[in-house]
Amino acid sequence: MTLYDLANPTRFLKLVKVLLPWLIVATVAALAVGLYFAFFVAPEDYQQGQTVRIMFVHVPAAQLALMCYAMMALSSIGSLVWKHPLADVSAKASAPIGAAFTFLALFSGAIWGKPMWGTFWVWDARLTSFLVLFIMYLGIIALWKAIEDPIKAAKVNAIITLVGVINVVIIKFSVEWWNTLHQPPSIIRSGGPAIHSSILIPLGLMALAFVLLFVTLHLMSMRNEIMRRRIRAMRMRAASVAPAASSNTVTKAAPAGAR
Amino acid sequence: MNQLKLVCQGVACDRGGRRVLNHVDFEVGSSEALIVQGPNGVGKSSLLRVIAGLVAKAHGSLELEGGMAERSVAEHSHYFGHLDALKPLQTVLENLSFWRNFFEPADFGDGKVRESMSEMEALETLGIEHTASLPAGYLSAGQRRRLSVARLLVVPRPIWLLDEPTSALDKASEEVLLGLIADHINAGGVVIAATHLPLNLPNTKFLNLSPVTTESEHMFAGEDLDDYFDEDEQDEG
Amino acid sequence: MNWMKCLFVREYQLANRVGGGALIGVLFFLAVVTIFPFGVGPDMILLSRIGAAILWIGALLATLLGLDRLFQADREDGSLELLVMSGRSLELVVLIKCAAHWAATGLPLVLATPVLSLFVGLDFQSIVLVTLTLLVGAPALTLVGAVGAGVTVSMRRGGVLLSILVIPLAIPILIFGVSAATAGAIDSNNFLVPFLFLCALTLFGLVVGPLAAAAALRVSGD
Repeated sequence: MTLYDLANPTRFLKLVKVLLPWLIVATVAALAVGLYFAFFVAPEDYQQGQTVRIMFVHVPAAQLALMCYAMMALSSIGSLVWKHPLADVSAKASAPIGAAFTFLALFSGAIWGKPMWGTFWVWDARLTSFLVLFIMYLGIIALWKAIEDPIKAAKVNAIITLVGVINVVIIKFSVEWWNTLHQPPSIIRSGGPAIHSSILIPLGLMALAFVLLFVTLHLMSMRNEIMRRRIRAMRMRAASVAPAASSNTVTKAAPAGAR
Repeated sequence: MNQLKLVCQGVACDRGGRRVLNHVDFEVGSSEALIVQGPNGVGKSSLLRVIAGLVAKAHGSLELEGGMAERSVAEHSHYFGHLDALKPLQTVLENLSFWRNFFEPADFGDGKVRESMSEMEALETLGIEHTASLPAGYLSAGQRRRLSVARLLVVPRPIWLLDEPTSALDKASEEVLLGLIADHINAGGVVIAATHLPLNLPNTKFLNLSPVTTESEHMFAGEDLDDYFDEDEQDEG
Repeated sequence: MNWMKCLFVREYQLANRVGGGALIGVLFFLAVVTIFPFGVGPDMILLSRIGAAILWIGALLATLLGLDRLFQADREDGSLELLVMSGRSLELVVLIKCAAHWAATGLPLVLATPVLSLFVGLDFQSIVLVTLTLLVGAPALTLVGAVGAGVTVSMRRGGVLLSILVIPLAIPILIFGVSAATAGAIDSNNFLVPFLFLCALTLFGLVVGPLAAAAALRVSGD
């Protein structure tokens, strides 16, 4: 099966149908194992205590937030260059998932930050970048909702997504620069000491589980979007057929009506 | 003199995910008019917009033989649609001069750009020269229409795409406009007009569009949802 | 060449004639600057410390306010279709429209800045810096705003969405603009580094803004 075959929505739906049960099982299993390791196997931090376990959700969520944007950007290139509707669907499906992961990263960061720094929020470079990323996701979701014609919406969103890619890089740089300007000692150390394997293994497991979760959610979301578009197409077909039928019945019942 | 020939083959167009045009074929050359006919909603306007490059075509080819090689069909064309493209706060003359200076002229297939009317000549031809220094917002609907036509006269372009050209015009203005279109055809121009009223023009061909009956081959239109759900039920049963 | 001048003149005239033109933006700028002291208190020391930021945010909001009509008016009256098929480069058309829009609405904001600076207690040095950074940085705001305007051109009420889409794009401009404006001395590295970044962003906007906005406008022809 080539990529081109896959790109047909019907084939894609069939493939999704085959893959999805396995993916769901794999995701649940990986999450279960990952969370077990994270909560029961990984040691407490000698400074942070139990709260360090938030990291096992926070870090993968943050990774996925960025991965979703990458997925969205790649799909956008697909819809602008190859004008493929499935790329449109993929881009549209990525946005809410990305927003959810970004929110999860921000939220877990906040509840982690409270015991750590004594506050839910600091204007740290990474937190700020993620907040901006979150706003960008929400803007893109709003733009999808605001334009009725899905093909036009896809192109417009692709343009703003790709401009956003450039912007994410500039924002990351400028926010880091701004951060060093305003608060000399950064609270979160970016490098940090080498992480011990007892933490690294659960973290890796959770990262894998989150990637599986993303793939599952993305495929489900794409499937739903394809169905939504089919319903739309069917409704349009119904609309273009209905007047002829109804006008016939009207003329029989009431000839020379108001029209 | 070289001749222009606009060749349209198998053009299809989707709008809003629905096929509105399918298998449109025609040829129209210099000194000819093509009248696009058909009931409402059959895609007359869409066809003109496809030729004008405003709407992407889904299939088919659209080529201008004998035109300037580096220019698209749209860049040889004037589009005269429902909107007048007038700025009410600018004077009539300002509106017209802008388009005269801004629009890139195109030649009629003979390699040189023709002289066009000046702004005042065009306004006189259309009988609205007295409004030249008034803001365009003060014009009546018919006068706005005529000012919009003046744009076609001040920039030489061989193809005129006219979407219901006589709407909002009275009988006298309609006569003037038809005269101008006839002049354009006689001067070697190409006219494509979408209309549901008969237009009396020389050298006329007709293209009758009928409603699109074939299903769009749009990727989300062809199949039903059933195949996804039916098999699920069979699995359970 | 002549067509560029014609387009610029027309856009400049229209921007000035429609809806109060430059005045309305400056009034909005004044209003934003005026509400800050009511929010943070009439403490001149505090105000002078955050004055540059207030002015920059005011200018940012005033710029966003006027941008939703940048292409929308042309779309509604049919001019946009003609601009697309005119045979002129749409990217250049967008760039010229942005330039005219900035000259009509952005430049008055820059000119009003020294006066409004007095309300927030800036000293002479800071007034020069804020005005200079706005002069260099505000065009970048218009250019990234043009992307938002292009993307939302087909929406009846695109103004709010435009702001949501454009504000993330404007954050780097704001960061470097305010940093340079609050540097204190014009010959120090504290000023020069962010100022040059600001210049870079403006140059970058000159390329990306017209490209992306023109692409969005072509899509909207449907």
